[in-house]
Amino acid sequence: MMGRPILSRVDSEEVLVRARGLVKAYSTEPVVKGIDFDVRRGECVGFLGPNGAGKTTTINMICCFVSVGGGELEVFGQRVNGDARDIKRRLGVVSQENNLDPDLTVLKNLLVYGRYFGLPREHRLRRAEELLEFVQLEEKRDSHIRTLSGGMRRRLTLARALISNPELLILDEPSTGLDPQARHVVWQKLRALKRAGVTMLLTTHYMEEAAQLCDRVLIMDEGRIIARGTPQGLIEEHIGAEVVELYSTDPSHSDAMALLQGAADHVERAGDEVFGFFRRSESARALLPVLAEHHVVHRRATLEDVFLRLTGRELRE
Amino acid sequence: MTQLTTRVAGAFRVWLRNFESWKDFAVASLVGTVAEPLLFFAAMGFGLGRFVDEIQGQPYVAFLAPGLVASTAMNAASFETTFGSFTRMNEQRTYEAIVMTPISVGEVVAGDILWAASKSLLAGAVILAFMLPLGLLAGPLAAAVLPLTFAVGIMFGALGMAYTAIAPSYTFFNYFFTLVIGVMFLFSGVFFPLDGLPSWVGWAAWFLPLTHAVILMRALTSGTLEPSMWVNGAWLAAFTLAAFWLSVRLIRRRLIR
Ligand SMILES: Nc1ncnc2c1ncn2[C@@H]1O[C@H](COP(=O)(O)OP(=O)(O)O)[C@@H](O)[C@H]1O
Ligand SMILES: [Mg+2]
Repeated sequence: MMGRPILSRVDSEEVLVRARGLVKAYSTEPVVKGIDFDVRRGECVGFLGPNGAGKTTTINMICCFVSVGGGELEVFGQRVNGDARDIKRRLGVVSQENNLDPDLTVLKNLLVYGRYFGLPREHRLRRAEELLEFVQLEEKRDSHIRTLSGGMRRRLTLARALISNPELLILDEPSTGLDPQARHVVWQKLRALKRAGVTMLLTTHYMEEAAQLCDRVLIMDEGRIIARGTPQGLIEEHIGAEVVELYSTDPSHSDAMALLQGAADHVERAGDEVFGFFRRSESARALLPVLAEHHVVHRRATLEDVFLRLTGRELRE
Repeated sequence: MTQLTTRVAGAFRVWLRNFESWKDFAVASLVGTVAEPLLFFAAMGFGLGRFVDEIQGQPYVAFLAPGLVASTAMNAASFETTFGSFTRMNEQRTYEAIVMTPISVGEVVAGDILWAASKSLLAGAVILAFMLPLGLLAGPLAAAVLPLTFAVGIMFGALGMAYTAIAPSYTFFNYFFTLVIGVMFLFSGVFFPLDGLPSWVGWAAWFLPLTHAVILMRALTSGTLEPSMWVNGAWLAAFTLAAFWLSVRLIRRRLIR
């Protein structure tokens, strides 16, 4: 076990999702290879991992869209198998791929989706108007889906997932493919939901997103959970406090490199980049006067450093 | 087991989804479904019909019309659960979105098939509306044409859905429409009676679902229903149940990995 799950700002111990030895193979190719995790009411848990790690597969098993291959999976205290109507009734899902209904307008997307949950018409109308306001799409209510930008579609999908007041909101890469403005609006909405106490399980490639939103993160690679903890806890455990970056191709950096090799707790090379990791800020700061002459970057350690350290720097496609 | 009422409600919600997306284009869609059979009706019934003596004791147009109602029901439903359902399942990911709500795969399939049958019913009703003033409906029994049209729609909707579940792409619907639907259109007794042909033709036609639909349809419009025709009804019911069961299984296998 790499680190203990540290629970922060979680007011309940009620477990909404419980996975033990969870396994999944498509045909014969195993893609989830025995993972354990819990999601408790009120917390926000993030799955991080390179492409193909098995994040979507895991999430889809919770949504009852992919069948459980083996091991145990309980959602709301019920074992997942088959259509699991009672589980799905209490979930809100934002899938990785856009699946808004292109045959319907924005408002009708919400109303028709709410009807799948059997919500009465009055309730759906009221809730749809509230949600359109929440995701800032009031002006688009009668537009067709194809006229919406990527960011608007994601926000509408979020609104759609919320129409049934779900107890657990599942978001598969909610901000991937959006421009920075659109991404920040999505994050703003997710923070608002988190403040309102909505339990969330999300996957993301944006470490900033995970660090900001998640109480706990699980780092997945090749079907296994390879690390878990709070974002800050993981940074301290695996990286330390600060990072100094320089370029080995820059001749003026050779002095600095020698210094870095001597002072850093860990040095890592990737292509022409050299990273020096420091457990304590003071040791990095002591180097600063020397390093100041060279154009090196000195910064705080981030979750991205943890991620790259643990999953490697090779491309995953 | 989930209660039947829950399942019916689920299927109906899927039906309503289709209705909502259709109703703004209802007229254009209806023209597409109904224009072709009405043109056949006019051209064959009155054009060709002038050169044909009575068939089975009735004018050609009266012989042809009930067959066209059945084949129109077949075409309308088949299009809906092949091109329509394939698009919703694969291109639009609508099925994916729906089965992540409390609706089950079986309800999505049933909802789409019922929708397909509704289009059959509508198209059948339009043709019937032309038949009535022409005196082509023999008696009150003809009212049963409507529920039968709906049932025929369910049957072919289910058949199309089963094919959709195994079709890798739109191109594969060409096989279905030429080899299955096309063959039935021509050799199920819509345009000519099967009894005058070599016996093996009639024998082979017995295995085509449309044949039984045409027999019953014609019996209803001409008021010649006989007790022995329960066999045709049972044949249709059995085929429908089998096709529906198969379509749910196959779609579930394709959708839920
Ligand atoms: N429906 C499927 N059939 C076969 N293989 C699949 C299917 N879905 C995903 N995979 C494979 O499973 C692995 C994990 O995929 P996925 O769960 O989507 O990962 P992630 O979401 O972390 O990128 C990948 O290698 C992917 O190619
Ligand atoms: Mg994924």
